[in-house]
Amino acid sequence: MNLVSKRIVAILSVAAIVASGCSSSSGSPSAGAKTEVEVVSWWTTGGEASGFNAIIDKFNTDNPQWHVTNSAIAGGAGSNAQAQLQNRVLNGNPPDSFQVHMGHELLDTYVTPGYMDNLDDLYQQNGWTTQFPQGVLDIVSAKGSDGKTHYYSVPLDIHRANMLWYNKTVFTANNLTPPKTWADFVTVAQALQAKGITPLAVGDSGIWANGMLLESILIAQLGADGYDGLWTGKTDWASADVTTALNTYKQVLGFINSDHASLSWDQAADYLIPASAGAQPKAAMTLMGDWAAGEFGAKNFTDYGWVAAPGTDGIYDALADSFGLPSKAQHKDAAKAFLTLLGSAAGQDIFNPYKGSIPANSTAGNPPADAKQYSDYQKWAMGEWKTDKIVPSLEHGAAAAPSWKGAWETAVTAFVANPDVPTLQAALAQACKDAQVCK
Amino acid sequence: MRLTRDRALALAFLCPSVLLIAVFVYGLIGWTGYISLVRWATLKPDYSFVGLANFQEIFSSFRFQDDIRNTIVFTFFFVMACLFVGLLLANLIDRKIRAEGVFRTIYLFPMAISFIVTGVAWKWILAPGQPGLGGHPAQPNGINQLLGLDPATNKWLTDASVAFISPTSQVGQILHDVGLGFLTSPNIGIPVAMLSVVLAAAWQMSGFVMVLYLSGLRAIPEELREAARVDGATEWMVFRRITFPLLLPITLSAVIILGHISLKIYDLTVALTGGAGPGFATDTPANNMWQTSFRDALFGRGASIAIVMLVVIAVVVVPYLVWTRRQEVSE
Repeated sequence: MNLVSKRIVAILSVAAIVASGCSSSSGSPSAGAKTEVEVVSWWTTGGEASGFNAIIDKFNTDNPQWHVTNSAIAGGAGSNAQAQLQNRVLNGNPPDSFQVHMGHELLDTYVTPGYMDNLDDLYQQNGWTTQFPQGVLDIVSAKGSDGKTHYYSVPLDIHRANMLWYNKTVFTANNLTPPKTWADFVTVAQALQAKGITPLAVGDSGIWANGMLLESILIAQLGADGYDGLWTGKTDWASADVTTALNTYKQVLGFINSDHASLSWDQAADYLIPASAGAQPKAAMTLMGDWAAGEFGAKNFTDYGWVAAPGTDGIYDALADSFGLPSKAQHKDAAKAFLTLLGSAAGQDIFNPYKGSIPANSTAGNPPADAKQYSDYQKWAMGEWKTDKIVPSLEHGAAAAPSWKGAWETAVTAFVANPDVPTLQAALAQACKDAQVCK
Repeated sequence: MRLTRDRALALAFLCPSVLLIAVFVYGLIGWTGYISLVRWATLKPDYSFVGLANFQEIFSSFRFQDDIRNTIVFTFFFVMACLFVGLLLANLIDRKIRAEGVFRTIYLFPMAISFIVTGVAWKWILAPGQPGLGGHPAQPNGINQLLGLDPATNKWLTDASVAFISPTSQVGQILHDVGLGFLTSPNIGIPVAMLSVVLAAAWQMSGFVMVLYLSGLRAIPEELREAARVDGATEWMVFRRITFPLLLPITLSAVIILGHISLKIYDLTVALTGGAGPGFATDTPANNMWQTSFRDALFGRGASIAIVMLVVIAVVVVPYLVWTRRQEVSE
């Protein structure tokens, strides 16, 4: 290469570097007269994406000056989305609103460090303080830096974690009724095992499915208040009641499928579906949140029944997807208008029939006749929601800070591989101390 | 040193990459080292200095102890399997067979696949018990059928047990008597599920080792072996006394390359076993670091895991770099 051509290469490469540096500053969005409003969610497929897109379409039609886009980040019940969101919030470049589990996942991660605006004015203007049940209001509110309690997110849907799903044909063929207590469960499970059916299908390749099992057993053993107290320091993790619950948990783990570690929750739920009509399914029951109904629907399986997880009838172990307002959002007016739609009865009745959840807003529940309607399960769940005591789900971010949940999951993971009750109880008690809730 | 035009041009070209590497590699390593010494345990940065508390916490957590055990077990079996299979294949291909290029390509090809794809494919092979994509019914485990094992049981990826010397066994008692009682603990055992991960990883990387060895074999002058044969050495002795010693530099390179892959392994276990399961039998420091930082928001502790990984890998790689540099200089 002679000197001239070397020079040309040098000039060209410098030009390329300069050009690439400039393009990012000149490429600002200018989609006509509309202002782009960015909302981040982890809903990318199935009913949840259809429902969320339907609500966005309505907003964009009603508000021609704005254009909301759903920057969805797929995967892992939001774990991928959360990692990226945390980065953006930390760097002062948050989206205008984003999806986050209602409760401590939002509060400890974003509210306490001061990254979110409170939504008190939205709650007042729209009358949400009376429309949302007190249990939900408690979970979405927290003390702000001024020492007063504020509302920080708008719950769009409510899911229930403590649900037991069963194959109806298996139960009638064996003269069994769905278990009401965990003692019942053991009797039923032994009968099923004798017939060569796995009693309980669990898919814990992400450990949370197994953690939900323990969560339900703790609720059954301690009751709503006792379970609530675990997360506020009022219930002693070292108490005999917790020991009893952990022993029950150990016993229940003896009735699950051996390949649980390689299955996801939906693959485990599929064990209730017989391979062909009339064949015996691999498993008779699965304990899973009410999104399992959506999975069964997607596989055209209708032969299933549902009850509250044993011993938890009358208690709604709730989790919700909610949306908040980052302090550094660039289009707060638009974001607030969007949040207003999400919290309204009309908005919730657009989304929830698709998602399989129930509306958090108690005035919702009557979608227009030409829109998608609620399923039988959803109608049943809405009835329960009105009368049940509401408790926050740990595994879905409502009950405790992410680091506490992480410690709990580490302890549960170790226990499932090697069930030793004193070790688990000590680890759970320590986790509460590390979270600075217990002394 | 005079700054000639040529030198100036070279510097101008090197400058951007030196600058970028300085900032984005060494700068961030330094930053991670700093974070590992501060409290930072929520999303909000907290730079209060805590010394080595984060390191203390991770080393006292049973999960990180499991990770260390898993990494050692994985590295040992993975490197051994790759070296053995790679050397075997290289020797077979070196027999001047027909269509050598085809075989070479076939064996090297898995290396072109990413670990994620390998993980998913091997998961389908080792744990096909669940209904497949598009509603396909569950398949029996072909590997179990092939090996004559009970096709219904399917424990390749779900066996949470750790094989270790029981303290109550005879061997365990002898070890105890000679003061090696600490060896009789699950912390010094072999997590069974990890061996399935080794299987998939070795499948992917053996072909690469084969190519390394093949080039090494081709570099050995035929006269050396010929001379040995004339002196009456058997083929095995030729291999044992001539070929194998001359392949040592290749073996060392292969060990270093495989070793640093296995110390950082993350994507393969995520695809194959969900990252940690069953239990923490296949958990790795990288997975622990990711979960600690981005799931639990314990950034200080996550950074300390990263630093431990860096140090361990540096212990393996740096002496090798020094050694190769000395060789280059001496040549």
